[in-house]
Amino acid sequence: MARIIVVTSGKGGVGKTTTSAAIAMGLAKKGHKTAVIDFDVGLRNLDLIMGCERRVVYDFVNVINGEASLNQALIRDKNCNLLYILPASQTRDKDALSQEGVGKILEDLSKDFKYIVCDSPAGIEKGAHLAMYFADDAFVVTNPEVSSVRDSDRMLGILASKSRRAEQNQEPIREYLLLSRYSPDRVKLGEMLSVDDVQEILSLHLLGVIPESKSVLNASNSGIPVILDEKSDAGQAYVDIVARYLGEDKPHRFIDGKKGLFAKLFGGR
Amino acid sequence: MSVDSQKTPYNPLALEFKSSTFSVPVLILFSNDLAVIEQQLQAKISLAPEFFRNSPLVLDVQELNKKDLDLDIAALMEILREPGLLPVGIRGGNLKQNKKALALQIPVYSVTSSSATAEAQKRKTITPPVPEPITDPGTTILITHPVRSGQRLYASGDLVILAQVSAGAEILAEGNIHVYGTLRGRAMAGVQGNKAARIFCSDLQAELISIAGDYKISEDMQAISRNKPVQVYLQDHTIIIKDI
Repeated sequence: MARIIVVTSGKGGVGKTTTSAAIAMGLAKKGHKTAVIDFDVGLRNLDLIMGCERRVVYDFVNVINGEASLNQALIRDKNCNLLYILPASQTRDKDALSQEGVGKILEDLSKDFKYIVCDSPAGIEKGAHLAMYFADDAFVVTNPEVSSVRDSDRMLGILASKSRRAEQNQEPIREYLLLSRYSPDRVKLGEMLSVDDVQEILSLHLLGVIPESKSVLNASNSGIPVILDEKSDAGQAYVDIVARYLGEDKPHRFIDGKKGLFAKLFGGR
Repeated sequence: MSVDSQKTPYNPLALEFKSSTFSVPVLILFSNDLAVIEQQLQAKISLAPEFFRNSPLVLDVQELNKKDLDLDIAALMEILREPGLLPVGIRGGNLKQNKKALALQIPVYSVTSSSATAEAQKRKTITPPVPEPITDPGTTILITHPVRSGQRLYASGDLVILAQVSAGAEILAEGNIHVYGTLRGRAMAGVQGNKAARIFCSDLQAELISIAGDYKISEDMQAISRNKPVQVYLQDHTIIIKDI
């Protein structure tokens, strides 16, 4: 039985797709067969971040409508053969998704995969709702600024009340905080909320801090998940996050901004 | 083109129903002696005959019915119309009086607080009088997880929250509210009018606090020290915030 992870935030542009791609790749690299699904029907991006946009034939909506089988639509990643991508349809909208259809696909995938990562669209409407409805774990991606924190709080409320686990009175979704685009220098200047500030407002288990990094944009543009860029601090942050999620005890390295020897030598930011 | 549409090419709106409130004098009767009523009425009217001329009037007979005094409605109407009053209604009448009034095309109004007939009916149905509890405690609701932005909780009794209440959340209780965490959202106690309801919290950073409809917004609470347990209560329609 697979573990279903939703990567969500409420607010747009905080790094949901980057995170989905990175942790899916990280889990697969650790030897777990992983599928990552783009729920952002109509505004698909995951295929670009994963560098598989030229190989999309069938998509999520085709599978829901029975126009293609799951195996036809799943794209095997070229960097890791344990990772599969189910792209969203670009020509449809969120109404093309149905709860039964999504549930059926997740059930079918669960038989074969260890982890299923659902990349949620922004907002709290149908797409985001379906992305989180079947989840076991939620990665709440938040930027250290007030509107993102508030939207995350709203999303946490929805996770706690509108998910399948909530409706069926099961053990609630496990919620994890991922603080992205974090800049310790700006926190020191008082321009950005600190980890403590965010945690005080959200009171959530911190899975990791992803520093603001040029490597994220470079990785997106080249279609290689940033976690594969082992020299970058953001890539290392995601490696740590995946390890922590799998139960390893890793210290947080990117909260106080002290540059390690590695970063000093290479001037990495 | 049809004949009908030529006859009535355009129908402007000819009427509309609307609700409106009027101030109408009420004549309360304490006696059913028509001669005495006529005499006292004329004395009153002679003080300001212009004021009473063509004035509408509602007749209130509930005092009479409390004493079980019957009244000749038709004869009374004559007495009222004589000096120029225009009776437009009766209230507090019993079944027979209401029937009579309607026959005279006088509308019947109910007494909102206690109509004579309703009281009489109550007396019949409610035997033996059950002493009502002073306050209905309602159900206490206990919440152990954080209340997130956009969530809304309602308790018919007290509301006890063992976690934080986020900004954008709304918690309401007919009784007291206890928050053993930071209160950042909106908290409303005594929402059904219980002025004795209180709000207790270990850190008050609320957007709004309200007790029985009286409220204070965040801007008016800037002087309140944070990270301190406080209680909020109502005193003469003023919200008081005090350290515990």
